[in-house]
Amino acid sequence: MLTKRIIPCLDIKNGRTVKGVQFKNLHDAGDPVELASAYSAQGADELTLLDITATLDNRSTFVDVVRDVARSISIPFTVGGGISGIAQVERLLAAGADKVSVNSAAISNPDLITQLARQFGNQCVVVAIDAKRTSEGWIVVSHAGTATTTLQAVDWAKQCEERGAGEILLTSLSSDGTRSGFALDLVGDVARNVGIPVVASGGAGTPQHFVDVFNLAKADAALAAGIFHFGNVTIQAVKDEMRRAGIPTR
Amino acid sequence: MTIGILSYGAGNTASVLNAIKRLGYNAIISSQVDELEKTDKLIFPGVGHAAQAMASIKSQQLDILLCTYSRPVLGICLGMQLLGRYSAEGSTTALEIIPFDVKHFSVQLKVPHMGWNAVEHTSTGIFKQIPNSSHFYFVHSYYVPQSNASIAICNYQIPFTAAVAEGNYYGVQFHPEKSGDAGAQLLQNFINI
Repeated sequence: MLTKRIIPCLDIKNGRTVKGVQFKNLHDAGDPVELASAYSAQGADELTLLDITATLDNRSTFVDVVRDVARSISIPFTVGGGISGIAQVERLLAAGADKVSVNSAAISNPDLITQLARQFGNQCVVVAIDAKRTSEGWIVVSHAGTATTTLQAVDWAKQCEERGAGEILLTSLSSDGTRSGFALDLVGDVARNVGIPVVASGGAGTPQHFVDVFNLAKADAALAAGIFHFGNVTIQAVKDEMRRAGIPTR
Repeated sequence: MTIGILSYGAGNTASVLNAIKRLGYNAIISSQVDELEKTDKLIFPGVGHAAQAMASIKSQQLDILLCTYSRPVLGICLGMQLLGRYSAEGSTTALEIIPFDVKHFSVQLKVPHMGWNAVEHTSTGIFKQIPNSSHFYFVHSYYVPQSNASIAICNYQIPFTAAVAEGNYYGVQFHPEKSGDAGAQLLQNFINI
């Protein structure tokens, strides 16, 4: 049976992992290669690397990180952050990334999804959707949550699929960092309405939260950053809880 | 020992090279028949569309190389599918090395079949020292049905071929270069043949 995937996410700035990594047994908790290798060894099914570098000058540093991570780990990984064009994607894939995720650029230019899918294959194209809970329902936001759109999350996800996205990375900004659980209504609504895998993100705090997002919201994968970085919840603990709940896991 | 990785514009050859290097070997990535003819092992990776891949292979006479190569060949993902007779992806005539036809998944589950799935095998040949039901990483929308050449099976609502072997030809539907320790062991086994 196809297993449900657990995906740690690393935020990379100027070639270093940020977001307060407090990992035991690491020489240098800020080194993305060392951290990626540690997660791979602990049983992570995939990794996501997000470039949060503000300036264009440092984009080549991120490509170097991608190349080094690709040499060190033997599991798939997705890269994202500020991706807006084919040439950029070409460089990241050539450096060894397996998939790329696009977000704000796809909202302002949805045709980008089609172009990327045509050129690199659907399996390679992840659309990251950030959504906020409002009185109008779950609304898509862009530019790391600083700009609001009029798009409903479910409608946008369906459009992404039609345009050739191979996967949706769905983040609830209303839950992000709260550790109070994934947004089950948002994830469930999107997962039921698209035929491509949905990665749930935002709000993970306990192993039970992962069980809930798989069992109740039908997510295909779940992503978390903080709880894994700080070591208060390990990947193994999440997988043990999933096994107890009868969820297929690796 | 010289390992060749066939480059024809479809497939992440860098990932395969990284995996080979992690095992302590080197490999050449090439699309030149004369270079690849001198190798001891040939890896035939592939991500992309069957029709475009076959067109690219033929335009560089790599089809002749693949059909006449007498040392071990390992097809990965699309590379394995193209060892067959025919693919429903773009109604493509493939290399016709092993008699199977590639079909599109028509299952109620999500397609592509993407992620880690358990593989049942007989723990011999390229699966030596790999526990049965080990998980491997898959990404594909087309599949090879079970046949006499199947040496490993995976299940995605229907059973399908996870690996084939016939003569000096081997093929795996999953990506050993992205399948953690089990994948590394499989590549080591292939190198050891």
